[in-house]
Amino acid sequence: MKIAMPVNEKDMKTEICVSFGRAPYFFFYDTEAKEGTFVDNSAVASAGGAGIKAAQVIVDNEADVLLTPRCGENAANVLKSADINLYKTDGTSVNENINAFISGKLTLLDEIHEGFHGHGGN
Amino acid sequence: MKQLLILSGKGGTGKTTIASAFIKLSNAKLYADCDVDAPNLHLITRQNTEPEVSDYYGLPIAEIDPQICIRCDQCRRNCRFDAIKADRIYKVDPYACEGCGVCQVLCPTDAIVLKPAVAGEIRLYASEQEVFSTAQLRMGSGTSGKLVTDVKNQMKSAAVDAKCAIIDGSPGIGCPVIASLSGVDLALIVAEPSMSGLSDMERIIKTAKMFGTKIAVCINKFDTNLQITERIEAFCKQQGLDFVGRIPFDWEAVKAINKGQTIVDVKCPSGDAAKDIYHKTMELLYDESG
Amino acid sequence: MRIAVLSGKGGTGKTLVSVNLAAVAGSSTYIDCDVEEPNGYLFFKPKAVQVEEISVRIPAVDNALCNGCRKCVDFCKFNALAYIKDRLLIFEEVCHSCGGCMMLCPAEALKETEKVIGTVQKGTSDQVHVHTGILHTGEVSGVPIIKRLVGEGKRESKDLTLIDCPPGSACIVMESIKDADFCILVAEPTLFGSHNLNMVRELVALFQKPFGVVLNKCMEGENPSEKYCMEKGIRILGRIPYDGELGKLNSNGDIAVRKSEKYNAVFSSLLTTVREEVQHEAASDT
Repeated sequence: MKIAMPVNEKDMKTEICVSFGRAPYFFFYDTEAKEGTFVDNSAVASAGGAGIKAAQVIVDNEADVLLTPRCGENAANVLKSADINLYKTDGTSVNENINAFISGKLTLLDEIHEGFHGHGGN
Repeated sequence: MKQLLILSGKGGTGKTTIASAFIKLSNAKLYADCDVDAPNLHLITRQNTEPEVSDYYGLPIAEIDPQICIRCDQCRRNCRFDAIKADRIYKVDPYACEGCGVCQVLCPTDAIVLKPAVAGEIRLYASEQEVFSTAQLRMGSGTSGKLVTDVKNQMKSAAVDAKCAIIDGSPGIGCPVIASLSGVDLALIVAEPSMSGLSDMERIIKTAKMFGTKIAVCINKFDTNLQITERIEAFCKQQGLDFVGRIPFDWEAVKAINKGQTIVDVKCPSGDAAKDIYHKTMELLYDESG
Repeated sequence: MRIAVLSGKGGTGKTLVSVNLAAVAGSSTYIDCDVEEPNGYLFFKPKAVQVEEISVRIPAVDNALCNGCRKCVDFCKFNALAYIKDRLLIFEEVCHSCGGCMMLCPAEALKETEKVIGTVQKGTSDQVHVHTGILHTGEVSGVPIIKRLVGEGKRESKDLTLIDCPPGSACIVMESIKDADFCILVAEPTLFGSHNLNMVRELVALFQKPFGVVLNKCMEGENPSEKYCMEKGIRILGRIPYDGELGKLNSNGDIAVRKSEKYNAVFSSLLTTVREEVQHEAASDT
């Protein structure tokens, strides 16, 4: 299973980013191979619709689930269309969240905010 | 951290007057001016520190190299924003260009590039005690909504330990207002008792409702038209909106603001009314059951 | 003669001035470009109103024709498109209607559809043609509506036309003043008013529009906006005093020049001054 997370730096000690759409990088972790890769988020410089583009990056990297503190409406729609489930992160540690997810401790993200309708993301 | 946004629909109803009073009353550590088009809050809050200033980049703007351009007219004909003019040379109107890139893609000689363009300035006043985020959009610019989002993000990431953030909004119902509404816990609408004020208030309420924001309403300068004040109150009751109070027209308020002071810095009727509204608003803001 | 009335700060009296100048002129056209919060029609209460819908063009996809090349997704600067599981998703509110995706699609899978964002309503009130633009709530930009309002009016430009602008100095204001011959800046005597007056003055200077200032809600004591005008050598076209009677008429939605002889005189005089100023400007241009 491939897990995706928005992160601040390309480093295993990095924290999870508070924003999904404008996270500088994404971390993709393969639970079977037990290894992960960092990918640049091409949406970060977008004037608008960052969430949509970021979601496209997640889909294109074949993630199965996304762990994130928050997500906007448009991005959530993209992910839903791709059958990718969203889980709410707990704290900012990448490792802790991966472990929490694997042991079934994370909950589904159900508060989808309305998004910024093209005016920037958070 | 709770976010309170002060809106109005109509301009000139008293958003900044009330926002500045609330900031004073709550001893707010975190506040922002999202009226990026015509920011005024800083004229009252008057910071002591120098701000961190950064350029705000809106959409990129197309530029045509006249040396390479062969005047085929493809760009001008296909520009949906009428942003390309053909005079002596083909030129892009930087105020009309929306950075869509169609001209660049169509140009057979690659004479067009999209260049980043500064559309304003974002300012952060941060000290140990407080954080104030504001911005100024360059005139004629678009993408004010994105700048508003940047102002809010800047406020949030300079996170000081604060229970609530007070945000001074902008008039209207378009993109900067919509951008300011996102993530807000309560929108306080400052209404003016006039036919225009009533109509504008209804439209901003409709807009805020579309985004699922909790709404409270107050009336400023209520005694300038008691009849319409009553209509507004009745409207709120009918719509199930929290009505949190009325402020009388007050010359002392005008004087205070003109001196760069809040209406709670001086003893005056409008200041007293504002205090009352402040308490009711804060109660609503922290009320989880709503 | 097309005169734009703007202010920078909201609530200074743009509508008061533009509505009353149009009304006192007799035959004229009043165009309300404050499409987010239009107010002029509340005063004119126009009759025989014709409504025209204004729409923007949004792409729609035929997934059967789409071959998944993603040229459109990669091109879109606004990220309005996403390609997921062999389907193209289109995000309407983020789309800027540039038409690029449709032009690029090699499979002709994208077609234009129209999305209504508001209306232009035209009616009459005595001898005033009243044109109002109204943006539907939830829509983000009224620019296409303003373009229609201002673009059309050009044909009737022999008439006196008053253009009531939105507050601020962003792109919607710029669109509203683009084809104006003269700009009236309405200022109020407050700290905020004079501060915003400066901004909007920069905007009219940028567009090289001749302009003058009307000082509204004038009271005793120092007027920061008047001071600003004196300092910058800006022509003051008129002063409207703060007056409870005018305030009442205005807040009740009455057109002051039609209800009060005093104000009929005030605005007639202002109109004469403005006309002279415009002619003077036109003469000095030639």
